[in-house]
Amino acid sequence: MPASSRTRSASRAQGVAPHGVVRARGVAPHGVVRAPGVVRVRGVALAAAAVAALTVLPLLVVLADAISAGGAGAAEYLLRPRVAELLGHTGMLVAVTVPATVVVGTLAAWLVERTDLPWAGLWRALLLAPLAVPAFVSAYAWATVAPWLTGFAGAALVTTLAYYPFVFLPVAAMLRALDPADEEVARSLGLSPAAVVARTVLPRLRPALSGGALLVALHLLAEYGVLEMMRFQTFTTAIMQRYAVGFSDSSGSLLASVLLALCLLTLTLEVAAQGRRRVARVGSGAQHPAPQLPLGVWKAPAALVLTAVVGLSLVVPVATVTRWLVSAVADGEVGGDLLRVTSNTLVLALLGGVAAVVAALPGAWLLNRHRSALTLLLERATYLASALPGVVVGLALVTLAVNWARPVYQTVWLAVLAYAILFLPRAMVSLRAGLAAAPPELSEAARSLGLRGPATLARVVLPLMGPSVLTGFVLVALAISTELTATLLLAPTGTDTLALAFWRETGELDYAAAAPYAAAMIVLSVPLTMLLRRHLLEER
Amino acid sequence: MPLNRRPLLGALLALPLALTACAGGGDGEQPFEAEAGALQIYSSQHRNVTQAWAEEFTRSTGIETQIREGQDSSMGHMIVEEGESSPADVFLTENSPAMTVVERAGLLAPVAEETRGQLREGTAPSSGLWTAIAARSTVLVYNTDLISEEELPASLMDLADPEWAGRWGAAPGGADFQAIVAGMLADRGEAETRTWLEALAENAEVYQNNIATMKAVSAGEVPVGIMYHYYWYRDQAGEKESSASTALHYFGNQDPGAFVSLSAGGVLASSDMSDEAQQFLAYVTGPEGQKVLVDSGSMEYAVGAGVESDPALPPLDELEAPPVDPFTLNSDEVLTLMTDAGIL
Repeated sequence: MPASSRTRSASRAQGVAPHGVVRARGVAPHGVVRAPGVVRVRGVALAAAAVAALTVLPLLVVLADAISAGGAGAAEYLLRPRVAELLGHTGMLVAVTVPATVVVGTLAAWLVERTDLPWAGLWRALLLAPLAVPAFVSAYAWATVAPWLTGFAGAALVTTLAYYPFVFLPVAAMLRALDPADEEVARSLGLSPAAVVARTVLPRLRPALSGGALLVALHLLAEYGVLEMMRFQTFTTAIMQRYAVGFSDSSGSLLASVLLALCLLTLTLEVAAQGRRRVARVGSGAQHPAPQLPLGVWKAPAALVLTAVVGLSLVVPVATVTRWLVSAVADGEVGGDLLRVTSNTLVLALLGGVAAVVAALPGAWLLNRHRSALTLLLERATYLASALPGVVVGLALVTLAVNWARPVYQTVWLAVLAYAILFLPRAMVSLRAGLAAAPPELSEAARSLGLRGPATLARVVLPLMGPSVLTGFVLVALAISTELTATLLLAPTGTDTLALAFWRETGELDYAAAAPYAAAMIVLSVPLTMLLRRHLLEER
Repeated sequence: MPLNRRPLLGALLALPLALTACAGGGDGEQPFEAEAGALQIYSSQHRNVTQAWAEEFTRSTGIETQIREGQDSSMGHMIVEEGESSPADVFLTENSPAMTVVERAGLLAPVAEETRGQLREGTAPSSGLWTAIAARSTVLVYNTDLISEEELPASLMDLADPEWAGRWGAAPGGADFQAIVAGMLADRGEAETRTWLEALAENAEVYQNNIATMKAVSAGEVPVGIMYHYYWYRDQAGEKESSASTALHYFGNQDPGAFVSLSAGGVLASSDMSDEAQQFLAYVTGPEGQKVLVDSGSMEYAVGAGVESDPALPPLDELEAPPVDPFTLNSDEVLTLMTDAGIL
């Protein structure tokens, strides 16, 4: 494998900034090196604040609507057994699925990256592939294959299988990037293998684990399609139901406000779980691949576990969609509008992906370089809207656009804004990981050598961040290509997308007619998923 | 590696543009722009029906149309949010409550007299602000392996009895079901409806929608379920994946379980093409439009006077629906009752 851009730039920079190596050994606190340009920081802070303000706008509409219920009415509505039941369901799902994705994702990443399991490359590709299968397509497949599998068990199973790549991806990338030298040092100092892992590897994995877990938790709070098909009611399905009732009372907003509170709780827990240790190091040193742990007799069971994960998360949906597709082709039901619908989906995904990455940049940069209570608050604010169902954000944006931004109403730009707001966390998580890999010392060194700000960005920071920018883009684009309810409300009249068409056909019980759209969503996502794999897991 | 990765990425990014170009050339549609001068139809009716209506209408009148799709609920809300400046000219729904939302916001224009004259009796509201465009009947779907016809309940109200505990399914969260409850409330009064809803919260298996209910009955999870008729006929006409071991039971006898719900059509008062909009509604409810509905395979009932529905369906007149005026249904109270019972 040829040297990647990361390794090359890093070693190039190492030559000019030897002092960086000293500080790089892991624990230097953030912000020790202050950037000289205060103005520049202000500019970025302003941009980050603007992004945060934009994402908070729909929340304000929701909260204002909830407040209109009045204190007594709100209390009476929220203090019902039904709300407690929904809270229990939502909490139960998060409490089971998040740990399950962490266990499955981490175990799979460890087996693939750190053991002598054969065909690691193939496993890596297969384990990431479920990212290409929309969660609700997977749920539909399960509803067909195992109709008895509903309620909590079905919901937990399908969400775990659909979301574990969110943990697998960052953990595997981190395991690859970690310098085993620390582990060797720890071992040479007499630590047991378990203690080595616990004291050198796990702390470094914390950001990847907590970031992945955060994405999973936020997705669970906002998940609708899977839970609807598995008939497991959570706050989000109840909110959708409330909107479906068709009356403009504030109870939908009241429920959405509870969801916001749950999201705040999740975000606070994640700050605690993330830890403050620095992960970046400067220079590749004498980096070499970590030794692969021989599995011995465990090889067969390990392969069996991964086979089960891949089989359940990938083979079941793909086989089911294929079955539908065959019957659709036999019936001549593959419609001529498939191409148009696919291109609509691609354009929206492309625009939304770029918008989300651009919007995430200032916040991610600030958080990495000038971490403070304020920047943390700005960042967390951008996560809030993503835990709301798309329909809530969508209706809030309709209200805002109709009243204050009429020209963008029913243009593609309002949909793009909604996507940026809803999927900002995906871009944020990736960009932060990327910035962590581009330590500030390198920029300092570049500046000390006479490069100006933009040139530093172009020649030092961006090459190091490239993969993570692309990762963020791909993750957002994948999410957009399967978004339902916000698209329905905000996309310009006459715009049809694959997700909408799939959902419509399954709603009409026409499995065969739905199949081409499901297949197109999967086919569309495959190259994006491959791109992710190449960028994150084959960089050495 | 970075070098040979670029062509792939480039190809990926170029793909949408290429596809858009092909698609744009194909049928001349502009996917991301509302067409100026086209009649804007906001619709939550079944897509194939709305499209067939719009195409036939354009063919016979030359008036261009553009359809904005949505779901009853969010679409009704959206029109209210848009208010006077709504681009919508016509609104078509699946269930009438979504239309009521718009009606209450004062956004509807009166429907032309001749249009209302084309409909069956009782399918245009006394307010004159909207009309029915299609109808669907409440039915009991039952698993023929689990229960015999003689064991079925005589009335929807019987499902509140303890003997039915855990043995029936329904989708009370949906607008469909709430229309049924509104019918029950109008027919049987508050006390009886409240008791029935409390029994539902206690005894019924709750499903997300009619299809899920039907699937569960077919899979034997519960012997019977409450739903609308057309899902069953469509599934039977297709692959029977969700209804293989089921049959339908019509309560008849003016029972609350024989309730017939209406899909609605209205013209927006803010429309800048109100003549064309009225023409469209007249077409949809007229003999030609109703025939399009019947031929679409949606299996909904036609509501035009003298128009026969699909021959597979029992005739609408023979369903013995309860004598409920669908326009006096108190949906707000239904919501309160359902919330009190802990269903919503």
